Amino acid sequence: MSRFRTALAVAASAVALAACSTVAEPSAGPPADGGLTPVSLQLQWFTQGQFAGYLAAVDQGFYEARGLDVEILEGGVDIVPQTVLAQGQADFAIAWVPKALASREQGAGITNVAQVFQRSGTYQVSFADSGIAAPADLAGRRVGNWGFGNEFELFAGMTAAGLNPAADVTLVQQQFDMEALLSGEIDAAQAMSYNEYAQVLEATNPDTGALYQPSDFSVINWEDQGTAMLQDAIWANTERLADPAYQDTTTRFVAASLEGWAYCRDNVESCRDIVVAAGSTLGASHQLWQVNEVNKLIWPAPAGAGTIDEAAWARTVQVARTAVNADGQTVITADPDADAYTNTYVEQALELLRADGVDVEGTSFAPIEVTLNPGGS
Amino acid sequence: MARLRTAVSAVVAFTLLVVAWELAKAVLPEDGVRIGDTRVLPRTDDAAMPHVWTVLARFGEPEVAGAAAQRTVGEAVASGALFTLGLALGGLVIGGVLGAVLALAMARFGLLERALLPWVVLSQTVPLIAIAPLVAGWGGKIAILGQPWQPWTSVMVISSYLAFFPIAVGMLRGLTSPRRADVELFRSLAAGWWTTLLRLRLPASVPHLLPAVRLAAAAAVVGAIVAEISTGTRGGVGRLIIEYAQSATGDPSRMYTAILGAAVLGLVAAAAVGLLDLALRRYRGSVA
Repeated sequence: MSRFRTALAVAASAVALAACSTVAEPSAGPPADGGLTPVSLQLQWFTQGQFAGYLAAVDQGFYEARGLDVEILEGGVDIVPQTVLAQGQADFAIAWVPKALASREQGAGITNVAQVFQRSGTYQVSFADSGIAAPADLAGRRVGNWGFGNEFELFAGMTAAGLNPAADVTLVQQQFDMEALLSGEIDAAQAMSYNEYAQVLEATNPDTGALYQPSDFSVINWEDQGTAMLQDAIWANTERLADPAYQDTTTRFVAASLEGWAYCRDNVESCRDIVVAAGSTLGASHQLWQVNEVNKLIWPAPAGAGTIDEAAWARTVQVARTAVNADGQTVITADPDADAYTNTYVEQALELLRADGVDVEGTSFAPIEVTLNPGGS
Repeated sequence: MARLRTAVSAVVAFTLLVVAWELAKAVLPEDGVRIGDTRVLPRTDDAAMPHVWTVLARFGEPEVAGAAAQRTVGEAVASGALFTLGLALGGLVIGGVLGAVLALAMARFGLLERALLPWVVLSQTVPLIAIAPLVAGWGGKIAILGQPWQPWTSVMVISSYLAFFPIAVGMLRGLTSPRRADVELFRSLAAGWWTTLLRLRLPASVPHLLPAVRLAAAAAVVGAIVAEISTGTRGGVGRLIIEYAQSATGDPSRMYTAILGAAVLGLVAAAAVGLLDLALRRYRGSVA
């Protein structure tokens, strides 16, 4: 009797195990029946204007037109896109270059196939009356930063201005919101031009009863200081790039993504609606601001959108190797190998787009004026 | 009568909390209270501690102004809390079954207890943020009975990971709680292991099990919310907390609506366990 029960238990656990089957690795080649190739894209964060181009490419059918069925995977607090990509759970990922280089150095096999954001959107924001106009003015101040690899432009900027970030300033770990700056907890706060900077402009100034104005703040833009690092790029799985089918998918994916960004350049309001419809709760005027600011980081792109500029890449690597953060660490310890980036696919993609008459340089690009509403609504 | 008293005291407690909140805002300095460089009491201005009525009013406002599909913040929070409650209950059931099976196995075989218990304890020392990306990574790789792994499956699994522990430990304690004399009586009557389990050990474990389930329910809710935040799973109140926190600079009261939703969610889960308490009342202290 007891042996029967044991056998039963063994059989039950065998059934339970068998019920959990593994799914075959996705093969990103064109399916035999001529249908769409399923492709997944891992974002760094929730859907928002920062990713408008990809959402627009889905919404406008650009991916479908290139034979792709794209599923967009949202990020989360603990989701590291480059790890997700390297482990094969997504076909492509959006990640900042320095963070991706750090992951590469730890063994993640990923390659930058399109540098979507040509410029950095990181600011250090302080009140205009604080007298902080340049990195050198941060001496002796309470300086907010996000940490987790988002802080290296700031540290490189302070170092370049002759400050020792570990001794000359008080470093404060910043939250998601900008409350610490507005309440005077910190003197200068890290902010993305397209997100946190808009948040302070959506907050009510208790002195005037109206919204804060750009003139109330002083902004240090790391692009002007020469310590900017490349940010959002499309990363592909290095190992799978040896497969001609995946190479082809990569070219088509990059082309359709850039077409999405070109659409957002020319149709800012439409892209705002796409982002809001995709489920962002940040508010419509905030998203319009975000799409518009992100456009400024992409366009104009004289060499063609998505092209990795060697000088900007070299500067990013240089800062990543030399800037020391609060823990005394640099982003990477050695130069990345030749697989770290390639312009092969973006060049093919740009050819496809030019053949279709898409403006991929955006030389006549002019940002729109966005009026922010209280709370971003 | 007793239930009425519980309801009244709950209302009184809530009112006291509101009064304390507003009193703190009225009395304490806006910049909080500091001793040296350490702040011992938080800032009390409207950005850090919005008025209770501002928060309540926020429930009625549209979640995304200008969006095509309008829903109020209250509806968003309610649907988010329901979604998370479902996941937490799922996690509690999975964790409960797992914990009970582990406890039974450990109670039956002393060797298993010595072999497993340290691992059960060890499992709870692994930080959630280390597990969450791992579990989320099963998405697209594992299918259960042909059903693909959904993002919410990860949340449920993480929630059950927190919930199984108190049940395994509490139930093991309960199963081994009958007095030696009782166990020996059953043995002298030639009762088998199953009979002893059904007639003696299980009833005796109820007083130990109920607090364990209560703990597990709370852990399941916390686990579900944290897992949602960690993996960014859409639809739950955890995701809302972090989404609303992002817009806290311009609209601080909004985040509190999601936090209130999460608190109500915890109360509902605790009340659900209270019902279980009522159902199993006859076993309370039945085997001393």
